[in-house]
Amino acid sequence: MSDTMLVSTRKGLFRVTRDGGGWAVTGVDFLGDNVSLTLTDRRDGTHYAALDHGHFGVKLHRSSGAGWQEIATPTYPPKPEGLEENDMWGRPLAWSTVRIWALEAGGASEPGVLWCGTIPGGLFRSNDHGASWELVRSLWDHPGRKSWMGGGADLPGLHSVCVDPRDPARVWIAVSTGGIWFTEDAGATWSQRGEGMRADHVPPELTHAPIAQDVHCLVQSPSDPTRMWVQHHNGIFVSSDEGRNFRELTGIEPSVFGFPVVVHPRDPDTAWFVPGIKDEKRIPVGGRLVVTRTRDGGRSFQALGYGLPDTHAYDVVWRHALAIDTSGDRLAFGSTTGNLWVSEDQGDSWTCVSNTLPPIHAVRFAG
Amino acid sequence: MPIVTFTANIQRHVACPDMEVAGITVRQALEEVFAANPRARGYVLDDQGALRRHMIVFLGGEVIRDRIGLSDRVDPADTIHVFQALSGG
Repeated sequence: MSDTMLVSTRKGLFRVTRDGGGWAVTGVDFLGDNVSLTLTDRRDGTHYAALDHGHFGVKLHRSSGAGWQEIATPTYPPKPEGLEENDMWGRPLAWSTVRIWALEAGGASEPGVLWCGTIPGGLFRSNDHGASWELVRSLWDHPGRKSWMGGGADLPGLHSVCVDPRDPARVWIAVSTGGIWFTEDAGATWSQRGEGMRADHVPPELTHAPIAQDVHCLVQSPSDPTRMWVQHHNGIFVSSDEGRNFRELTGIEPSVFGFPVVVHPRDPDTAWFVPGIKDEKRIPVGGRLVVTRTRDGGRSFQALGYGLPDTHAYDVVWRHALAIDTSGDRLAFGSTTGNLWVSEDQGDSWTCVSNTLPPIHAVRFAG
Repeated sequence: MPIVTFTANIQRHVACPDMEVAGITVRQALEEVFAANPRARGYVLDDQGALRRHMIVFLGGEVIRDRIGLSDRVDPADTIHVFQALSGG
């Protein structure tokens, strides 16, 4: 059970804690700064925070309990002289970190190893708790990477990293847009995964191409790592063979569009999503905010709205803004409208923690 | 000798006191500053060593021309002002 969460917002990093009286905002760091994501490394209790200072660029900070300290930022190596590489808009592609979009810890047997995904698509690895970072060249130099495209952002973004709990050399990453990629040798070589997904927004010959898929979020079941869940631009997909093949789940009310997904830590069949009207609007259907949950591997879904606004709600919940704790009972999510809700009964009911936070980018349990 | 001076806004994140330098180009001048203050580099330059998109450098009251190579020549009497755009919300 986690009694602490870190809420990354446009104007600071808020600490939200639970005591006898319920959940409350009890602290803020980086007040006024744009905090895009955090990681709490459960192997050693260290916290990491990604900041986007706009004009001054992206930064990373680390805290082991005695305050935050700026550490190395994942930085791209020099672009080779004479290399002409353009983005999908025909402009020269800058080899420069625009956003930190994924932060994950390595396996239990490799303390200090961290993975970081970025826009414009580079994956970085640290072996020393973020003191230094190295671009994973095998993926960046892969010919397939050149076909990645921007989704919601101008440039491709690597937003999901799943480290196999059985073997940390096996890692899956997901890209918007570029589909799912897999390594079984700690990043030395990569192969595309994700057959069975479907993209509506590309020409017909690309609709089923794994590289054309706009995965919004990829998660792996900790208790059954063969099971993977995807919230995709076009809907919800599930895999039972480590992401080789996916099955589309249809007929889910009120919508199959959304950004985040989380899976129960001990039940691979139970997962949660936050639906919205598809890309042209990106708001809750009918102004009613709900979370959808399946308990049977996707055969059926429930829309959970008890405690959530059922009228005039225009909240968007980004891919990192839905969280589940290690118990599997507590969930929390935050929205672009600055609303933060928590549930202690797997989503059956929700309590509002605050209606007045800045726009929320990410929510993570930290205890 | 030229002096490099930084916007007040950057000081909130990383202290950048005025510094006398010997360089004869903007690149050389800034490299002297970053040698003494390595953290400041990433706030001013991007991963490829070019000026960040919304950073701006004035030299003798003029905006520098070479934002990538930073090859504009510096006179001993110059002050190099490192500023940033004021946009944001």
